[in-house]
Amino acid sequence: MELVAHIAQVQGFTAIALGLIIGFGALGACIGIGIMGSKFLEAAARQPELVPLLQGRMFLLAGLIDAAFLIGVALAMYFAVANPLLGNLTAAAGH
Amino acid sequence: MASEPQGGLTEYIRHHLEHLKPPHVSEGGFWSVHIDSVTVSLALGVLFCLSFWLLARKATAGVPSRAQAFLEIVLEFVDGQVKDVFHGDRRFLGPLALTVFVWVFLMNAMDLLPVDLLPLITAKFGVSHFRPVPTADVNMTFAMSITVLILVIFYSFKAKGFGGYMHELFTAPFGKWFFPFNFALNLVELLSKPVSLAMRLFGNMYAGELVFLLIAGLFSAGSWLLFSMGVIGYAVWGIFHILIISIQAFIFMVLTVVYISMAHDHH
Repeated sequence: MELVAHIAQVQGFTAIALGLIIGFGALGACIGIGIMGSKFLEAAARQPELVPLLQGRMFLLAGLIDAAFLIGVALAMYFAVANPLLGNLTAAAGH
Repeated sequence: MASEPQGGLTEYIRHHLEHLKPPHVSEGGFWSVHIDSVTVSLALGVLFCLSFWLLARKATAGVPSRAQAFLEIVLEFVDGQVKDVFHGDRRFLGPLALTVFVWVFLMNAMDLLPVDLLPLITAKFGVSHFRPVPTADVNMTFAMSITVLILVIFYSFKAKGFGGYMHELFTAPFGKWFFPFNFALNLVELLSKPVSLAMRLFGNMYAGELVFLLIAGLFSAGSWLLFSMGVIGYAVWGIFHILIISIQAFIFMVLTVVYISMAHDHH
C-alpha cells in the first residue's frame, strides 16, 4: 500500500511538471511568434515589394522559435507515456 | 490496430515507440541497430536519387514535362537559398543542400502515413515493432548532424589551412593571452551546432508522432463521438504537420549551408 502511495506521489509531481513544461513553453513560443508576426506585417505594410524575401525568413524563424517548445512537448509526452522516474521505485520494490 | 493492445492507450503508445531491433542482441548494446530507421531512410534515399537521376537524364531544353518542371522548381529553390548564404564555389554545397533538403523532407513525410499502416503490414510478416519515421529516431538525426559537424571541421581546415584554423581556435574572441578560454568557447560553439541541429529535428518529429498516436488512441475508445473527434483531430494535425515537416527540412538545409559557409569565413 505504501508503494502505491509513493507511485501516486511521483506521478502527481510528474503531471504538474508536464503542465509546466508545456505551458511555459507554449507561452514563450507564442509571445515569440506574435512579436515576429507583428513585425513581419508591419514591414510588409511599409514595403510590400520585400514580402517574398521576408516570407521565407519568417517561416525559417517560426520553425526556430517553435523548435524549443516542441522539444519540450516531446519530452513531456515521453514522461506522460513511459515515466522513467518510476524505474528506481519499482526496482526498489522488487527487493 | 496492430497486434491488439491489451493495456489501453499507454500500452498502445508504448508498443508503437518500440524500434525494430535484430534478435538475440543485448538491449542497448552496440549491435542493437534500429533496423526500421535504417531500412526506411535508405529506401527513401534510393528513391530520391533514382527518381531525380531518371528525370535529370530525360531533361530537355524544350517544353519541360510536368515532372521536370517540378524538379527545376526544387532545384532552383535550393540553389537560390545556397546562393543567398554562400558566395563561392557551389559545386559541393549545392548538391549537399539539395540532398539534405529532399532526403529530410521525405523522411519527415513518412509521418503523414497513418501511424498504424506500416506496423499493420509488417505484422503480417511476423514483425511486431516497426517505426516508419526515421527522423523521429534520435540516432538518425544525430548521425546526420555529426556528418555536418565533420564537414564543418573539414572545410575549416580546407579554407584556412591547419595553422590558420588552429590560430582561429585559440585566439578568436579575446586574443592570444586568453587561449584556454578562447579554445573552450570555440569548442562549445562547435559542439552546440550538431546537438541543436539534431535535437530540433528529433523533437519536432517525435512530438508530431506522439500527438498522432494520442489521436489514434481515440479511434479505439469505443464511442462514435470520440471516433469522429479522432478523425477530425487527425485531419487537422495532419494538415498542420505538412507545414512543420517542410519547415523542419528547410531549416535543417539552411543551417547546414550556414554552418559550412561560416567555416569558410575568416575572423
